[in-house]
Amino acid sequence: MSKTSNINRVDGFAKVTGSATYSAEYKTPGVAYACLVGSTIAKGRIKSIDTKKAEWAPGVLAVITHLNVDKPAGYEQPKKRDNLGQPLQIFKDDTIRYYDQPIALVVADTFERMQYAASLIKAEYLKEEHTTQLEKVRDNGKTPERAKDYNRGIENGYKNAEVVLEEEYTIPTEVHNPMELANIIAKWNGNKPILYTKSQGVEGTRKSVGNVFGILPEDVEVHSEYLGGAFGMGLHTWPYEIAALIASKKIARPVKLVLHREQMFTNVGFRPYTIQKMGLGATKDGKLTGLTHEAIAQTSNYEDFTEATVNMSRFMYDCANVSTKYKIVEMDTCTPIWMRGPGEATGSFALESAIDELAHKLNMDPIEFRKRNHAEKDQEQNKPWSSKYLLECYDAGMERIGWKERKNKPASVREGEWLVGYGMGTGTFGSYRNPTTVKAKFLADGSLLLQCSVNDMGPGTATMMTAIGAEITGLPAEKVIIEMGKSGLPKGPTQGGSATTSSVGSAVHDACNLLVSKTLGLATENETFKNTPIADLSFGNGAISSKKDTKKSLSLVSLLSANKLEELAVENESKGSEDAKKYSIYSFSVHFVKVLVNPNLGKIRIAHVVSCADIGTVINQKTSAGQMYGGAVGGIGMGLMESLEIDHRFGRAINNNFADYHVPVNADIEKQEVFFVNKKDPVSNPMGTKGLGETALVGMAPAIANAVFNATGKRVRDLPITLDKIIEAVKV
Amino acid sequence: MKNFQIIRALSSKSAVSSIAKENSAMFIAGGTNLVDLMKKNVVSPDKLIDINGVDLKKIEFLTGKVSIGALAKNSQVAEDQLIKESYPLLALALAAGASQQIRHMATVGGNMLQRTRCSYFYNPDMPCNKRVPKSGCGAIGGANRMHAIFGASDSCIAVHPSDMCIALAALDATVFTEGPKGKREIRFTDFHRLPGNTPEKDNTLLDKEIITSIEIPNNNFTKNIHYLKVRDRSSYAFALISVAAGLDIKDNTIQDARLAMGGVAHKPWRLTEAEEFLKGKTVSEKTFRQAADLAMKGARSYGDNDFKLTLGPNAITEALTIAASK
Repeated sequence: MSKTSNINRVDGFAKVTGSATYSAEYKTPGVAYACLVGSTIAKGRIKSIDTKKAEWAPGVLAVITHLNVDKPAGYEQPKKRDNLGQPLQIFKDDTIRYYDQPIALVVADTFERMQYAASLIKAEYLKEEHTTQLEKVRDNGKTPERAKDYNRGIENGYKNAEVVLEEEYTIPTEVHNPMELANIIAKWNGNKPILYTKSQGVEGTRKSVGNVFGILPEDVEVHSEYLGGAFGMGLHTWPYEIAALIASKKIARPVKLVLHREQMFTNVGFRPYTIQKMGLGATKDGKLTGLTHEAIAQTSNYEDFTEATVNMSRFMYDCANVSTKYKIVEMDTCTPIWMRGPGEATGSFALESAIDELAHKLNMDPIEFRKRNHAEKDQEQNKPWSSKYLLECYDAGMERIGWKERKNKPASVREGEWLVGYGMGTGTFGSYRNPTTVKAKFLADGSLLLQCSVNDMGPGTATMMTAIGAEITGLPAEKVIIEMGKSGLPKGPTQGGSATTSSVGSAVHDACNLLVSKTLGLATENETFKNTPIADLSFGNGAISSKKDTKKSLSLVSLLSANKLEELAVENESKGSEDAKKYSIYSFSVHFVKVLVNPNLGKIRIAHVVSCADIGTVINQKTSAGQMYGGAVGGIGMGLMESLEIDHRFGRAINNNFADYHVPVNADIEKQEVFFVNKKDPVSNPMGTKGLGETALVGMAPAIANAVFNATGKRVRDLPITLDKIIEAVKV
Repeated sequence: MKNFQIIRALSSKSAVSSIAKENSAMFIAGGTNLVDLMKKNVVSPDKLIDINGVDLKKIEFLTGKVSIGALAKNSQVAEDQLIKESYPLLALALAAGASQQIRHMATVGGNMLQRTRCSYFYNPDMPCNKRVPKSGCGAIGGANRMHAIFGASDSCIAVHPSDMCIALAALDATVFTEGPKGKREIRFTDFHRLPGNTPEKDNTLLDKEIITSIEIPNNNFTKNIHYLKVRDRSSYAFALISVAAGLDIKDNTIQDARLAMGGVAHKPWRLTEAEEFLKGKTVSEKTFRQAADLAMKGARSYGDNDFKLTLGPNAITEALTIAASK
């Protein structure tokens, strides 16, 4: 991947000039404007709802509530996913399951009239006691079907060790809140719905919408071409999408619905509040002998949400005795959804903090401790790693951050008035490959068109497809056209779990190779190459040439024109090899951070961040570095700022806006670097890539907690590390 | 947001006479706070009187003082060379507030009138005595990390959110107003008020009165000054605690001192007792710490904001130390 390894983002110009069309921006004649009105209690029933004033307000086309909704056919069908509960069936009945749950939809002829009418709706409730505080119900956990208890060796074997650490770690609810709000334009063509929506998986949305309306996925048309970020919130089909479809059907007009920013905090998932108990045991000379990791996480009262919070602890370090437990607790909130790095990011905060704490107890450098317990194989699956360059990541990061300046004794390095601390955290994420179909076409003008229904929430999927397509065909990147993000195209995977490059990139790779072969085959029938064996032909620079007689050449354009072809196409499904199943394929990352702390003010400055990763082959240095920077910044937000605050008296979010829910700003991070090992994985896929997007965040939050401890001697085990946790609080 | 009318006023007099006729009208200048409040149905005026066309944007350096028009933009004042030289504490405080985009829109008068950032005030479904008198205070017993430690009442523990006003309180500014009953002058420290039993009133501006300008007398606080803003991130966050500190130092002796705090009360919190204590003292961290402890007398916290009792004196000491070192 040489020539194409640094191409610019192919959709960058469209995005920064505003010519990229996001879902809510499609010009739709006759579109009406809708919004959702939310409940003001967290649990109970709707006693009465007064919609009269809203219905009579100027321009209002309909007000939909549980009292007048035309229930979609699927509401009456048995549950598709019995063991997991089911998505909230919007307007199905008078039950309130969480605060700000939609109780009404208002649709009007203009945006302003819709907003005004919505403010006129008043509801009365029969309140019931709600539960929004995990600490209070932490003992009510259930073990989900998909997350069974795990034991290797002696259960809770850590307790028998020479040196034992037992601690509890907490992360609060965090929200995805991408720049682009959740939005949809919904319309119907007879009984077939058409959605322009914010989705990370076109095919998944088709299935979900099909289930709700009792129709086949093939009859659902979905467009989701550009996404202004998603971070996981687009992995679920949300009630607002169904509501817009119901409204469009009722008024027989297209309906546009864009959530308010406040609703982004309450209605489209979040990283769940999670309590984690860690038990670690080691010999005095630093050999890990036991590791127990237990997590209790929130889910909703209608859907079971699970994530891989404890899984990393099973294989990250060489350890004979490992036990994990994962439980979920029903709470009166919306259902959580995977948020970047998902469970692994949550789990790594506990594991990597605990490892640092144990290293400190052993009076050992935390990297030395990790190296002593480096896992040479995956003990969980009992398989060799496909490739693992984690040690290279440690070394690269240590050098770049200036680790040798670090002292093991906390609060012993100063720069002027500032206490200096160094910390690091290791991250990992499974590298997956999902079946993907790509259609590759040479067009009459000599360009290459690649088609797949996969979408691009921001990592640069189209750029990656372009780079691989150009690399295989030898065409310049400018000659590659990408068509993606809508139904009707060859089926691509959902974008999630860092699997897109491995899945779609491989499919592009395979389809393009097949297309080149097909082209060469066709060329052998041409006058120029009559009687030339296909093995003697090569394809490059938009032309077929003979390897033996370099003067003999035929351009792609001429070949298609000679055969009176508009296009030459190959459609092919690619999937992972059986051979790959013999290996454990993981990406690895290590985040290093240098913090400066003012102990009097509690102020933490992120002076320097170095993020190193082993992600196999790097397809594009620019977009990969962009992902790594972004993931690290997300992890800094997780470490220092992000927390959805709930007033449990009301069961409702307090800081549901961007002024009060803090994410990092540019000034918060003074220097940031990225390093990739960039060595091909021999089995993952034809390109040798592993995943990146998730592991870019995993391990960052504990790196900060560890650095803050090194700077101050204060160990913060509940995120975020706000300044009040640094200065000593006294009550007068 | 409900439908509303907007009319333009071209003089402060016409602005006042326009509003005098209305029951539910408000002035709008930069709109950086009012538009948010209208979107959230916290306020819903029938009419807005747009005063951006009124000629109140000038910064005039007069004998012994500066006069700043109420419609001067925050960025315009913060970046004015003479303001930076003669009233650097004001420039620093302004630059610490909001973001550059907001500072370009926000006016001096509007900044003084911005409402508290208390979450309960911003949410019409929550109790808030400031928004709906007698509906209760959500923040007491609720989420009150940002809230007051001085001068609060059982009705309201909200804090005034401005940075600029903390510097203006420290610099003994005067507010000039015009209303149906004529023109008035108000001492800046009397402009904002404590909540008492009427937290719905943020300040002492009379009904239908407009701010026309502020004046700051010349002073010696041009060198040893600092505006310290402690917040949850480095930009675009309201102060948990801020300190405006000005010292007039000769031969290592403090001739005069000014100290005011933000993020701690319903109004900019001037620390006169600490100022008096500092006068005549030799510069030392111990003195600053003593002044800070004096300043914290009577502070009271409400749970989430307990840390302010520790952070407060630390911030005062730090601000004075930095000011003295300049």
